[in-house]
Amino acid sequence: MRKSKVSTVNPKQKGVFVPKPSPKWGREEETEIFAKRVKLFRQGKISEDDFRRFRLQHGAYGSRLHMDFSMVRIKFPAGEISADQLDKIASLSESFSIGSAHVSTRQNIQLHWVQLEDVSEVMRGLVEVGLTSRESCGNSIRNVMCSHFSGVCPNEAFDATPYSKAIARFFLRNPMCQNLPRKFKINFSCCDQHGLVRVADIGLVPAVRTGDDGQSVKGFKVYLGGGLGAASFIGHLLEDFTPEDRMLATCMATVRLFDRHGNRENMARNRMRYLVHEMGWDKFQKMVLKERSIVEMTTSYSTARMFDVKAEEDTRQLPKLTRIAKLPMLNESVTKESPAFERWLHTNVVAQRQEGYFTPFITLGAGDITASQLRILASAIRDYSAEGVARNTPQQNFAVRFVRGTDLRDFYEKLASAGLANPGALTIASAVGCSGTTSCNLAITNSHRLAKEVQRRFLELGLDTDDTLRDSTIKISGCPNSCGQHEIATVGFFGGATRLNNSMTPTYTMLFAGDAGEQGQLGKVIMRVPAKRVIDTLLKIIELYRLHKSGDESMHQWITALTKGKGGGTMKDLDDIKEALAQVVQLPAPDKDPDAYMDYGSDSRFSAKTARGECAA
Amino acid sequence: MRRLTGGAAKKKKPQAKASEFQLPIVCDADTLRSLIRKKAVRVVDVRKADDYASEHIPTAVSLPLARVLENDSPEKIIGMLNELGISGKTPVVVYDDTFGALAARVAWTFQYVGHSNTALLEMTFKQWKELGLETERKSNSFPRANHSLAVNSNIHADAKYVESAKAEPGKLLVDSRERLNFLTEHIPGAKNIPYTMVGSNGSILRGAEELKRMIANRGIQTDSEIITYCGSVGTLSGLTYYALKLAGFQNVKLYPKSFKEWKSLGKPKEEFKDANYWDLSAE
Repeated sequence: MRKSKVSTVNPKQKGVFVPKPSPKWGREEETEIFAKRVKLFRQGKISEDDFRRFRLQHGAYGSRLHMDFSMVRIKFPAGEISADQLDKIASLSESFSIGSAHVSTRQNIQLHWVQLEDVSEVMRGLVEVGLTSRESCGNSIRNVMCSHFSGVCPNEAFDATPYSKAIARFFLRNPMCQNLPRKFKINFSCCDQHGLVRVADIGLVPAVRTGDDGQSVKGFKVYLGGGLGAASFIGHLLEDFTPEDRMLATCMATVRLFDRHGNRENMARNRMRYLVHEMGWDKFQKMVLKERSIVEMTTSYSTARMFDVKAEEDTRQLPKLTRIAKLPMLNESVTKESPAFERWLHTNVVAQRQEGYFTPFITLGAGDITASQLRILASAIRDYSAEGVARNTPQQNFAVRFVRGTDLRDFYEKLASAGLANPGALTIASAVGCSGTTSCNLAITNSHRLAKEVQRRFLELGLDTDDTLRDSTIKISGCPNSCGQHEIATVGFFGGATRLNNSMTPTYTMLFAGDAGEQGQLGKVIMRVPAKRVIDTLLKIIELYRLHKSGDESMHQWITALTKGKGGGTMKDLDDIKEALAQVVQLPAPDKDPDAYMDYGSDSRFSAKTARGECAA
Repeated sequence: MRRLTGGAAKKKKPQAKASEFQLPIVCDADTLRSLIRKKAVRVVDVRKADDYASEHIPTAVSLPLARVLENDSPEKIIGMLNELGISGKTPVVVYDDTFGALAARVAWTFQYVGHSNTALLEMTFKQWKELGLETERKSNSFPRANHSLAVNSNIHADAKYVESAKAEPGKLLVDSRERLNFLTEHIPGAKNIPYTMVGSNGSILRGAEELKRMIANRGIQTDSEIITYCGSVGTLSGLTYYALKLAGFQNVKLYPKSFKEWKSLGKPKEEFKDANYWDLSAE
């Protein structure tokens, strides 16, 4: 079933040898229209509401408490990004943004603090390299995600990448989804482990079944109505198996139902998951199946042809490699004292299902990367990825795939020269943090900086080298709205403001035992932690885990067991751990330690300032 | 070679007589090389003296920016022009090794004291080298000239002028610093056109059409008077000054003492403290 894309051509050749054609997501005329609209808006000829809707539809989100600036969210369907695109983002970031770019948790790259009048210039640059920001914000179908392991995952039924890109292309600019009740998210995974299928409006896991004629049939397990936010839900399985030829109709039917029945009045409850929840899954499920039949009967041939998986397939033949000598340290344990390359190899690199090829991950701090680092990364992709592209991941970093095992050291050296070879990308140290108060209107706390501080401290302590912590994740949002995906973390945090000792204090609500993947589950709220106590609290949890774990139980397993009241020894349940943490989260009186009451990145008294969110248009 | 100057330089063949060739705002490498061959140009290298000593563009003379900034009174500058053998009509092409900002500050200074026939080289010395163009090591000197002083106060602004201009319609203050510096604090009412925006790969300034479009996007009328400033000595804003000239703005002024002086005078500032934008920087 699996069709490997490797062949036996010229295995000695370095890097990619057939570049990927431009994906052509962008359109130049949209940049001109955008520039004109900005002028009309500034001249007062378009209302603020109309302009906001238009701006969001084109991927420009208002910046925190300063609407003269925008965040431009660039879409990368399936997370694919080429070296040329990285170079372009580097120059756009230097010219029009802040000289750094920010990798989001949904395979977008965001350029912050772009002057509204320059957004059209950014869009123009994106078009030159085949990219778009269209429908990356607003009430539209957002970037279509696909597991960064798709195509290289040892456990996948088949590579979902072309399907995800075909769906992205089908819905982009499609009149049927230009004015939905709210945003809509579609995620593909490679297998039951990787990918965010249970926390999307539509989540799809590739699967293969044997048909009546004995032939195997490709298809998907489709999950509907999941999503993270102020109230999160886990998606429901639509049916045992959805064959590939019914996939488009299934997606269309779901979007159509949402468009028709979704709540257009209450912005706080208008994501599809609320519709599913209020209607009840059984009813919604029946409606989707019925609507799908209608879609199948009424969709014209020419419309159906716009969904073209073949056109999105990567038909290039990559050189086939033979098994290489075992890489040191990839499967052995390392310590903080191990040579830097070995530590990096252990904590940042995974073997692909293609013999001899590896996928190294680039560690970033909460997704931030400078323009000059982007250029080095681009050059490394050109030199070492046989595929010639990277993928950005929901962990806010980059996965560079199809790197030969024999090239890993050179690849490492090249990245190290630009500060891009820090260890820990695949470990607990790689904390996720949304943009928080660095740029978002809704944020209450500086989750972005906190995630970087957690990472810095964890790497200093060498916690990335502890394999029992490796499957644990830390994810931090600056408000309850889950852009930092805190509800699917082993230990998640979302920001808030609490009066403590009579002083307004930045705090985080801590959640335990969230999980992604097909078995995804939402974290359970544990307690509130002052921002400046988050790191100490995390270290205390690790200490408690090491003290109380049974056998070779990982920390993620231990924390999950606690939430079920099934911890071993003297620490059995959440009450036990809450009690053990009570001391750490205490703050001294404000006059004793004023810093403890301030947020990260600030030297003044904390006050929670927010403005209207722009997630919805 | 990409044209930056609306074709003015190419149409006019460089003449043997130095005094007859009027330089465009930005001089491309071919034009400069041809002028050098004809000994019809004075090339000014504003990098550090050591850098000049190790290698420079043929016939170039050295005038490190630091020397200009030490004392940029018009009389002093005229003295330097004379010392470098630059007379009133000598075409002068200035280059640096830092994306054009240092060269721009020196070129502006020359124009301020009355030497209008001054251009920026379209590229930095590093790019000149990367293209494999000729260089030399020998130190050049020329017979002393006698340049007259004719201060062009139309292109200069001081703090007092900036302060009064803020309220006047048709006058616009442009801050050339990077975005995060601008957000942190700036002169009230200033608009931000970061210096990083006006250059592009391989050229210290984008093409005139591109610059025009970017400025038009901002709704700025071409007949506006624009005053540029930056952080301390007018280098970054010097580059923006030339970007605006290239985009067709007639009335552009540089506030060379910039934000550093403004702050030291205790003048009002606009600050933005409601976001932790510095934490987004990956530096």
